[in-house]
Amino acid sequence: MLWLLFFLVTAIHAELCQPDAENAFKVRLSLRTALGDKAYAWDTNEEYLFKAMVAFSMRRVPNREATEISHVLLCNVTQRVSFWFVVTDPSRNHTLPAVEVQSAIRMNRNRINNAFFLNDQTLEFLRIPSTLAPPTDPSVPIWIIIFGVVFCIVIVATMLLILSGIRQRRRSASLEFLQISGTRESLTSLGASCLTSCLHGAPTSNL
Amino acid sequence: MVRLVLPNPGLEARIPTLGELESLEKQESGSRPQWDNKAQYMLTCVGFCVGLGNVWRFPYLCQSHGGGAFMIPFLILLVLEGIPLLHLEFAIGQRLRKGSVGVWSSIHPALKGVGIASMFVSFMVGLYYNTIIAWVMWYFFNSFQDPLPWSQCPLNANQTGYVEECARSSSVDYYWYRETLNISTSIDDSGSVQWWILLSLTCAWSVLYVCTIRGIETTGKAVYITSTLPYVVLTIFLIRGLTLKGASSGIVFLFTPNVTELANPVTWLDAGAQVFYSFSLAFGGLISFSSYNSVHNNCEMDSVIVSVINGFTSVYAATVVYSIIGFRATERFDDCFSANILTLINGFDLPEGNVTQENFAEMQRWCNASNPAAYAELKFQTCDMNTFLSEGVEGTGLAFIVFTEAITKMPVAPLWSVLFFIMLFCLGLSSMFGNMEGVVVPLQDLKVIPKNWPKELLTGLICLGMYLIAFVFTLNSGQYWLSLLDSYAGSIPLLIIAFFEMFSVVYVYGIDRFNRDIEFMIGHKPNIFWQVTWRVVSPLLMLTIFLFFFVIKVNEELIYSVWNPAYEEFPKSQKLKYPNWVYGVVVIVAGVPCLVIPGFAIYRLIRNRFQRAGDRQGLVGAPSTVSVNGDLKY
Repeated sequence: MLWLLFFLVTAIHAELCQPDAENAFKVRLSLRTALGDKAYAWDTNEEYLFKAMVAFSMRRVPNREATEISHVLLCNVTQRVSFWFVVTDPSRNHTLPAVEVQSAIRMNRNRINNAFFLNDQTLEFLRIPSTLAPPTDPSVPIWIIIFGVVFCIVIVATMLLILSGIRQRRRSASLEFLQISGTRESLTSLGASCLTSCLHGAPTSNL
Repeated sequence: MVRLVLPNPGLEARIPTLGELESLEKQESGSRPQWDNKAQYMLTCVGFCVGLGNVWRFPYLCQSHGGGAFMIPFLILLVLEGIPLLHLEFAIGQRLRKGSVGVWSSIHPALKGVGIASMFVSFMVGLYYNTIIAWVMWYFFNSFQDPLPWSQCPLNANQTGYVEECARSSSVDYYWYRETLNISTSIDDSGSVQWWILLSLTCAWSVLYVCTIRGIETTGKAVYITSTLPYVVLTIFLIRGLTLKGASSGIVFLFTPNVTELANPVTWLDAGAQVFYSFSLAFGGLISFSSYNSVHNNCEMDSVIVSVINGFTSVYAATVVYSIIGFRATERFDDCFSANILTLINGFDLPEGNVTQENFAEMQRWCNASNPAAYAELKFQTCDMNTFLSEGVEGTGLAFIVFTEAITKMPVAPLWSVLFFIMLFCLGLSSMFGNMEGVVVPLQDLKVIPKNWPKELLTGLICLGMYLIAFVFTLNSGQYWLSLLDSYAGSIPLLIIAFFEMFSVVYVYGIDRFNRDIEFMIGHKPNIFWQVTWRVVSPLLMLTIFLFFFVIKVNEELIYSVWNPAYEEFPKSQKLKYPNWVYGVVVIVAGVPCLVIPGFAIYRLIRNRFQRAGDRQGLVGAPSTVSVNGDLKY
């Protein structure tokens, strides 16, 4: 009698959890890709942890706080590692709606990933899209800061060059003026000495 | 040998005699700019010649025209075309001690058009070249963050996936076409000015102004950095590149010789065009730079050194670029293969690690045999290494798409990005110095500027004017305008100008006189190699390249590639025909510089005809009398 009951229960369970069953989800893990040499083997203990995580996620949904680990059924575990799972209600006759399970998993995805040292790409729930993390947006885009720095340096350099150019031109203009006035003076003095020497009839020394 | 020289009366009056040259040099040392030392001059010339084309045009040409075999036409044409023309420009500038307009009008007043054409071309090229530098600066500003902004696609509105345009192409494509250019779908659709590009453009023009504000006095100092830094960065990238996985496949792909390509005339045409444009000949800048030299500077040695450095840089940059491209292609290939492997093991629930690159083919067969129905549903990508190696590897596509993607895959990506864009910036800026020289000095020589305007003001006005015109390139359709100018403004006019330059020096100035000048300047007469190339070989080559180019350009349909997300084969670019008004633009941009040459000659002829009635014989030069201020020659 007991054997009959056992077979009946497993049969019902088998019906509830099947590939492509209603409300069933396929999970795929890529342990080698994620962890390389440190990859652990996927055994029944890991499966137990998985069931626990799923039960934990369901318990956080209002009205489903009574979910137990035994309500989560796994089947078709392959070498890949991939398997299907369903979550049943306390009566163990019906599976919980896919929508509920989906939202529960999505909200706790991070905790589930961390429990297995995996991420969204290596622990895949097919048909459950993951929320992508938005890129961090600093309040002031960095490029404007760099642009501001470079532009200010350039403006300062331009000002310096223009001002030094003006100063140089002013200095050379005044130098030229001095030169011209100096030449004029020496010419007038030359003319004057020539005049005096001519008047006095003596040769001038500076011709 | 037939001594063909066209009659050129009055030449002696227009140019300083050999005896006067040395005293002229001393007199001018106050008023005319001079190089502080030989290194500045060499660095400036090398910087002008070595530009973005060495990095993103030569490697592509090399790889697509038979790899190692391309070196043969390249080197042959470098020696027969590049070096003679370079020597000619250096020598004539040093001899006549004027900028391009001054040199050609001294040789014959009717040839002033050649100088003006050079000025136009320098102006046009300077316009769009600095816009490329603005793009480089934009990427440079954005390189100071980790992760780099082009390494990941932005999320869509409800954060469930990536933006569609980005997901269908790639994050680097999206960043270049959408977030940088915000490109429209055709050249008609101008859109509005993109403010971030405008800021970068302002920065680029300001930096250029600061560096060229006093002519070679300031550029001479700037080139110590802008001409040497690219080589440092290239070496760093070479070391980095060679240590990456897959670099060797890139280099092998580049240099694998395919000797049959030598029979293809397009190979020779492309080699000739590359040598020509790479040397920045006919812009007028080199003549100008050379005119600031001392009279007895050895211009022959200079031209050989600059040519060798230019050729070496092309090959060196090609090696670096292709090692990085090889790395990127290998990464892409590995990713593609991994995706295929994943498809297979997911489809058949095989354990990880069972399928590798080596046994993939036989595992495929095994799976197909065990379950053909399931196998038929699996979609595999084609992973071809050669396709990845040939993707988008010239022009802006190389720098802003392929290379940036490769950089994101390297560790410490922001560092490599900063280095790469600084290198591109320096390469572009040092070429812009030559362009500015080719615009500012002719304007001064043409005497359209009042003499008492300081040089800072003139340079500022020119920079401002070009900056305002370059607003066109900040529109949504800016990149299409840039490609248009790139294809037509900088190609045919330069060939014509170079041909006229050679013709003028050899046949109007007189090759005998030129030989005597060079003998006076450097101490020995140019040997038979220079004689043959100047008289016959180089002009013929110029003419051949020009004719081929002209025929090809005129016959090809005016089509351009656009980035259109609505296109069926997106992300491939769509090929559209140019609208009709573009033909007008092309004619103006390419035709005006070419037509200025005969146009000015005709104008001169007409003016002389009218003056013939009056007193045409000018004052005969009398022995100069002692004057107070000494002999000042303008």
